[in-house]
Amino acid sequence: MGFSQTYRRRLARKRWRIRAFRKRRELKPVANRTKHIKRDDIIIFSTLRNERVRLSYFLKYYRELGVDHFVFVDNDSDDGSREFLAEQPDVSIWTTTHSYKKSRFGVDWLNWLQSKYGHNHWTLTVDVDEFFVFPFSDTRSLRALTDWLDASEIRSFSAMLLDMYPKGKLNDQPYRSGQNPFEIASWFDSGNYVIRKNDFFGNLWIQGGPRARMFFLDSPDSAPAMNKIPLVKWNRKYVYTSSTHALLPRSLNVVYDEWGGEFASGCLLHAKFLDTFGAKAAEELKRGQHYANSKEYKAYHDALKDEPEMWCKWSEKYINWRQLEILGLISKGNWA
Amino acid sequence: MTVGVVMLVHNAFERAEQVARHWAAGGADIVIHVDQRVKAKAFKAFERALSDVPNLRFSKRHSCEWGTWSLVEASQTASELLLKTFPKVRHVYLASGSCLPLRPVQELIDYLAARPNVDFIESATTEDVPWAVGGLDRERFTLRFPFSWRKHRILFDGYVNLQRRLKVKRKVPKGLVPHLGSQWWCLTRKTLSTILEDPDRKEFETYFKRVWIPDEAYYQTLVRYYSSTIESRSLTLSKFDFQGKPHTFYDDHLQLLRRSDCFVARKIWPHANRLYDAFLTDAAGAMKRAEPNPGKIDRVFTKALDRRINGRAGLFMQSRYPRDGWEKGMSSAPYSVFQGYAELFEDFAPWLSKVTGAKVHGHLFSPDRVEYVDGQTSYHGGLTDSTALRDANAQSFLTNLIWNARGERQCFQFGPNDNQDINWFIAKDPNASISVITGAWAVPLFHSNLNFSVIRKMAAKLQQVESNYIDILKSPYAKGKIRITSIAEFVEAPMNPLQLIVDEIGPHKLTRITEAPKLVDLTGFGQFLQNLKNQGMHPHLMGDFPMSDTVQKNTRIVRKPYLVKK
Repeated sequence: MGFSQTYRRRLARKRWRIRAFRKRRELKPVANRTKHIKRDDIIIFSTLRNERVRLSYFLKYYRELGVDHFVFVDNDSDDGSREFLAEQPDVSIWTTTHSYKKSRFGVDWLNWLQSKYGHNHWTLTVDVDEFFVFPFSDTRSLRALTDWLDASEIRSFSAMLLDMYPKGKLNDQPYRSGQNPFEIASWFDSGNYVIRKNDFFGNLWIQGGPRARMFFLDSPDSAPAMNKIPLVKWNRKYVYTSSTHALLPRSLNVVYDEWGGEFASGCLLHAKFLDTFGAKAAEELKRGQHYANSKEYKAYHDALKDEPEMWCKWSEKYINWRQLEILGLISKGNWA
Repeated sequence: MTVGVVMLVHNAFERAEQVARHWAAGGADIVIHVDQRVKAKAFKAFERALSDVPNLRFSKRHSCEWGTWSLVEASQTASELLLKTFPKVRHVYLASGSCLPLRPVQELIDYLAARPNVDFIESATTEDVPWAVGGLDRERFTLRFPFSWRKHRILFDGYVNLQRRLKVKRKVPKGLVPHLGSQWWCLTRKTLSTILEDPDRKEFETYFKRVWIPDEAYYQTLVRYYSSTIESRSLTLSKFDFQGKPHTFYDDHLQLLRRSDCFVARKIWPHANRLYDAFLTDAAGAMKRAEPNPGKIDRVFTKALDRRINGRAGLFMQSRYPRDGWEKGMSSAPYSVFQGYAELFEDFAPWLSKVTGAKVHGHLFSPDRVEYVDGQTSYHGGLTDSTALRDANAQSFLTNLIWNARGERQCFQFGPNDNQDINWFIAKDPNASISVITGAWAVPLFHSNLNFSVIRKMAAKLQQVESNYIDILKSPYAKGKIRITSIAEFVEAPMNPLQLIVDEIGPHKLTRITEAPKLVDLTGFGQFLQNLKNQGMHPHLMGDFPMSDTVQKNTRIVRKPYLVKK
């Protein structure tokens, strides 16, 4: 069984790579500055659509963290996102009008660009509303982390998605471009995440948080996956299989210790739940370009009609990574 | 008399240059060894950058690989050059490019001048050292290691196993007692030159070339042979993690390093600007030294190791997901599970909470809703009362609850009506203390207004479920604190089990219960059981419940009668 499974995984990986290769034609370069990428640069890979209001802070946050280059795939934005990014000196951007869904939610596009530009680099694959936090991230740069991972011979690093939300209704506090979104969405659920292991891919499947408790009470199994492995020392043979939840080869998914100890891990603070969310949910529902027939967005849309409050009396207010560590959401592992 | 520094460099040349200049400015003589694998261009640039430093030389280069003889060779060549070129040197300090002097160089010179004959080198026999990568300690010296551990792990392991099977045993050269220790030493000219000029050097080298990690053994062993005064400690602060690689120091370790009493620390992250700025200044610019507290550094790294190896008991998260049996604690804190108590006492939960101060929930695994303490609809960490969310992963639900409420004792009711997915977990969990009154589930049925045929059916089902549960609790895998009493036994003397529970949970020992919870009315319960029997069902979990109603009246139990009885 072990052998046949290994072979099946190998076939799957090849298939995703071929698919990514074929999808490369869908991408048109807008600004390609990848020749400026230096040997040790840390690169962000991201897809987006109409996220102009978020971009200023996103770029600022990751530049300060120590990201050297950004590679974007723009899925047909019409709000100036593309033009804005094309002007940035450390951004390379491709655009496409093709189906987001048919590229498996952007994964094929990014797999292609990653295999082309990410080989032998530390790559961080995040959406523009995801903000990477890791142990010591307030005093050490991302390079300190990747240097340590290199020295420890670790190739992939886990960062679970942590949904952040405001106190009060989503529309109460409008988000302005350039603003730190966590000034508004500063709350999170600390201890309602459930974990299962996927034996085929070897990754953990984590669900929970405010979305599970608000929108998926009737169907907990369809609640969105929160496990993510966004930081990888990329090799052109690697592929993401579904979003950044899992990769192949399988060994990259084993970002957890199975013998009682703890690996180092971080979080992706998720700034999805701002006043922009209602409009986004309506638009995405109309386009029907999301996972499982946009079931998730249907659930949001139905629930949002009553303008619910995500905050509850057990919500935690975000302070820093140390708080996340104490709560058991992330771990320092043996990094000291 | 002065100090000579041998620096082994293979990367981060800007930092190495900075440190070399610092040593030189402080009055030390320097010989630098650069790894042969460094590209010619980079080496030239480095050499040129340091060409203005008068008391600095570059030695012949060797290609260095971790854990191999080449590192010893590099230090030998460099030391020879140093001793030859700088006749005034009395102590030679072996350092690397990523070492950072923590104290002014003059302090080191003075310190060594006051101890002219002392060799500072960590050196212990194999029996006494706890560190051993790959489980090799004594065998480091008795087997051969021609293959690289890093690059050819399979060959390395295979060859070790083969030698073990063939019972290969190398002879340690005459007179040597194998010693191990940190490879960063500080030796006197006398000792070092004796080692390097020894007529037997060739023989020793042949031997050490095939020893595992010779740079941690060569000098450490030979020093024992030649030195008159050894102080077995390294002047270099260096902490190793469980992979055997050194911990790196970053900017946020500044305060920690200030409190170290070591002269040099390694290794420093090349981009740790604050550290380099703070320590690479002249004596006048150096910050006021803090009271040395080297133990603190130890604690920080020991804790990191423990976190990596043992983790936090009872925590399941993205980077800690132990296999079955490897949890090192299935839950994070002790908790209590009560079966039958809430059925038998009218006010069990409020009573227990009052007496012990614990959080006493209702049926957390009830099919209707999660019954949190005080009727709350949500709980610590954002747990909800949704049964669907709970049942999607009952084990995660329970471990989350216990983890989230760390510091508060959690108690909950359990019963055959509840979701049973959790029963194996709690039975196996040493943190669970499980008290069961078997057959108590019949009491609500007895009080219910259902048709007897329905009752009979339900009773059969509940008895089946409870009996399965009891089997689990009695299995050899059960590790919790388990107390099982039948209802008949329990009502005869309820105070004793209650006292046991309170003693276990209560914050203070030896609180005598003065007030007991109120028993429900059991008048006619014996007859009820008899009726079940008459209907062909066999209620076997209740024990011998008396037919007559002598035992129970609907009254609050008072302790006295049980005590005064003669």
